[in-house]
Amino acid sequence: MIARVIGRRHMAALAWAVAAGVGGELSAVGLTACAAWLIARAGQQPPLSALALAIVGVRAFALFRGGLRYVERLTGHDAALRVLADLRVRTYDALRRSADPSLGAVGAGGRDADLVQRMVADVESVQDLLLRCLLPAMVSWAVGLAAVVLSVVLLPAAGAVLAAGIVLAGAALPAVAALASRAGARRVAAARSDLAVRGLDVARGATDLAAFGATERFVTRAEEAAARLERAERRSAAVEATMNALGTAVQGLTALAVLWVARRHGADAVPVTVLTLTALVAVEAVVPVADAARRFVELRPAARRVTALLASAPPEPAVARRARVPARPGIELAGVRAAYGRAVALDGVDLRVPFGRKVAIVGASGAGKSTLLGVLAGETRARGAVLLGGAPLDAYDAADVRAAVRGLTQDAHVFTASIRANLALARPDASAADLEAAARRAGLLGWIRSLPDAWDTPVANDGLSGGQRQRLLLARALLADPPVLLLDEPAEGLDLPAADRLVTDVLGDERTVVLVTHRLAPLKAADEIVVLDRGRILQRGPHDALAAVRGPYRDLWEAERLHTDHSVGVKTW
Amino acid sequence: MTYVLLALAQGLLVVAQADLLSRVLAGSALLLPLAAVVAGRAVLTLGQGTVGGWTAARRKRALRGRLLERGADVTLLGRGLDALDPYYTGYLPQRYAAAVVPLAVLVRLAVADPPSALIVAVTLPLIPVFGALVGLHTRRATERQWASLHRLGGHFLDVVTGLGTLRAYGRDRAQARVVRAMADGHRRATLRTLRIAFLSSFVLEIAATLSVALVAVPAGLRLLDGSLDLRTALLVLLLAPEAYLPLRSLGTRFHAAAEGRAVLDQAEAVLAGDGPAAGAVRVRPGRIAVEDIVVRYADDRAPALEGFSLTVEPGERVALTGPSGAGKSTLLRAVLGFARPESGRILVDGVDLAELDLAAWRRQVAYVPQAPHLFAGTVADNIRLGRPEASDAEVRRAAEAACAHEFVAELPDGYRTVLGERGLGLSAGQRQRLAIARAHLMDAPVVVMDEPTARLDLRGEALVAEAARRLLDGRTALLVAHRPALLSVADRVVHLTLPKVAA
Repeated sequence: MIARVIGRRHMAALAWAVAAGVGGELSAVGLTACAAWLIARAGQQPPLSALALAIVGVRAFALFRGGLRYVERLTGHDAALRVLADLRVRTYDALRRSADPSLGAVGAGGRDADLVQRMVADVESVQDLLLRCLLPAMVSWAVGLAAVVLSVVLLPAAGAVLAAGIVLAGAALPAVAALASRAGARRVAAARSDLAVRGLDVARGATDLAAFGATERFVTRAEEAAARLERAERRSAAVEATMNALGTAVQGLTALAVLWVARRHGADAVPVTVLTLTALVAVEAVVPVADAARRFVELRPAARRVTALLASAPPEPAVARRARVPARPGIELAGVRAAYGRAVALDGVDLRVPFGRKVAIVGASGAGKSTLLGVLAGETRARGAVLLGGAPLDAYDAADVRAAVRGLTQDAHVFTASIRANLALARPDASAADLEAAARRAGLLGWIRSLPDAWDTPVANDGLSGGQRQRLLLARALLADPPVLLLDEPAEGLDLPAADRLVTDVLGDERTVVLVTHRLAPLKAADEIVVLDRGRILQRGPHDALAAVRGPYRDLWEAERLHTDHSVGVKTW
Repeated sequence: MTYVLLALAQGLLVVAQADLLSRVLAGSALLLPLAAVVAGRAVLTLGQGTVGGWTAARRKRALRGRLLERGADVTLLGRGLDALDPYYTGYLPQRYAAAVVPLAVLVRLAVADPPSALIVAVTLPLIPVFGALVGLHTRRATERQWASLHRLGGHFLDVVTGLGTLRAYGRDRAQARVVRAMADGHRRATLRTLRIAFLSSFVLEIAATLSVALVAVPAGLRLLDGSLDLRTALLVLLLAPEAYLPLRSLGTRFHAAAEGRAVLDQAEAVLAGDGPAAGAVRVRPGRIAVEDIVVRYADDRAPALEGFSLTVEPGERVALTGPSGAGKSTLLRAVLGFARPESGRILVDGVDLAELDLAAWRRQVAYVPQAPHLFAGTVADNIRLGRPEASDAEVRRAAEAACAHEFVAELPDGYRTVLGERGLGLSAGQRQRLAIARAHLMDAPVVVMDEPTARLDLRGEALVAEAARRLLDGRTALLVAHRPALLSVADRVVHLTLPKVAA
């Protein structure tokens, strides 16, 4: 799993980081061993020349230690960031190829947005997996091994004792720590999610709670969850502290055991000192493995999710020369049904849209309007016949369908980039005049020109006002200039007169326009209005005909007129 | 106080261990006392970890409690506060250890071997001085770079969120190259920053290890000429690194705790905002008089409601219509005391809302919001919101009156079905009827209702309209409405227009 996440070509970079880390830690061991040897040997009062090498060693190791640690940190981060960069590209590619467009089609929607955030966090967590688990663990083990080898050379029996201590601190304790922390982490996660749900109730339901005098009750309920979380955290802290204490104990006792064994084997003061102090530093170097193991347990699920995502993506579809979408395609739907799980969104819809026709779809939220647009664009799978230019959508490349049928959708995203880049996305070869024309039609040009950086002003998905955002997305859709333009609620966020002007203007285009809207006033310019309710078409026809007869459309129309009377002053009757 | 005691114990044990170990290595047989000290250090580690962890948990809980009362952001409430852990478990105890342990070590060294103590005493201050100097030098450079790093790092999330848009415009394939370029840019920029940021720990580490060499080499040379005995020399060798260690870890933990300090500031800022102030006067629900009020949501924005007046007599049902943005919902919020007028006033039975006990006033009002919140809990709990003590029979009667009983009975567990974040979702119309059932159960003399039929399907609209009619019957009401079905219930319709300075 981990090898898949890391990718073969980054192994070398990681190896360098491990090498630098091992060098740094070995310098620490070397510094201690050298200094111990220096002092113990000096105590036997040999000639000064006998100490010369040790003196150089002490100074050299002192310098290497700091230098190599610095190199380790940099190379480690470099390797981790290379892996991360690669993983981002691979994840993006997997998402792109993924047959299920739902992940890519997330807009501002609550749970989907959370899903994307979590996935991105999963990918980023690989950095921690490398820098805080794998790298330190590998360095620790390598240093432990080196210290054992040094000790065996000096005195095999002492080496065996040290080996036992290293295995205890570097493998047994980490295994126990990982197991113990997993149970604790589960308890903490459960308590935290409880708190999140109850905290969300308090925050998002604040008005309802205050209005019904229930604020205190719900705050108390959330506080109980916080108390449970505290208890779970305390238990985890106690477990962690116990593991650390055991690590300290193993470190001291191993050094003592080495000392005792060396003495019993009649070793002289110099090797005894060197062996003991080496054992002290060597076990200290492997104690952090327990922490790495704990983190590994925490991070593994994220790595698993990433691996699963990478594995689930289908291969790039073979480029087959398929049918070409006609330049002026008509659209035909016959008996179209679509469902999300068990919820039926479209329940037998028939619709003919010859090229150039202007169709408006109206109805309640949840009536299936946006789903119908999704079916037209080939983004939403549906049963029944969907014909573009007389042939089923499957006859074409999906990209060609999208190029012919597209526009303003609910999930449209404003990228963190300049206004120009956000528009040009729709047509990278657009000239400045094209950009200006699209912006003018969307009513955005005046605002852009009023900005100090004009077209180069950076924008982002949040931060724009609703109206500016909508106009920008509209300008982008107009710039794309598809033969069939889809518009999902173009008036949202705009003031009514401007919205009406804009929709009337677009309905005057030569192309096909399919428009979903709550605003009926400009629909006099539409050729056909379709009233959807619960996935079925209730009424269809031009505005004047529908408004003339009793029925849902006239109800909506009368409500709208009542709602948008522009007379001045408060009128009472 | 606990931290001081723990730090003192740590200083004592560090010195004792070095002392005993040097004696043992020099030939004496004090193995058991040494083992006892080792055990002592293990117990101390346990104590420090537990105290730190428990303090962190306790402080976080206290903060969570206070943040909950302010309705703080859920992210801050959960994972956000976890950033405090390194602060309480690492930085805070280390501050005491860094003050106490080096002193204890220096005292012991001064007693054993003044020349070595002098070397340590002179080099020890170099650690904080170097740390501060390097930190000062690098901080501005790194702070400037973090901003651009943040931008580059955020690109991936941006692109993945917008993948649908990229696909729609056929740019998804080309964007893969941009993802690669941005990720590489992110890596290079991060490394540029880290090269500087890691300098401070590099300098500290070199200073500490070189100082050990600076102590060890002269000690060895003095052993040669017999001016120092082996036990003392070993003691010096063992103790010297212990003097530098706490200061070095303090530096590391200071950086690790930086996020925690930022979160603490963030929490304090939320807590510092003024809570709702309210008067104490209680009234009977009488005439509601809105007198020339101006409501503005932010100082720099145009008023949402400007110079508006309206009187609702007891028992009168007034419907509000008008274009969106005219301030209909704002008026309802103002009457409930959720939006405070910057000028003008609202009188309830002749008393200014600002002087009223708001909680008592709201108990007289049943509120049906435009988008009612479903709380995590059962259907019955959600209906009982205003009257937790209501019986099952009362809940059911309220649901029946609100045309909600039928759909509730069809839910998997009826009134015990769990709703909310981890439970079942309901359609907009069902939510509305549940909110109306809530209001029915409250049985308050005044009803405030916000567009209950907006954007519902036809059947849903008919049901909600019927539920609303039943609720309004015999009560004083202020409702936003625009469908004929509901307007006909009102005694009077008031039409609001857009404020003169329309956005």
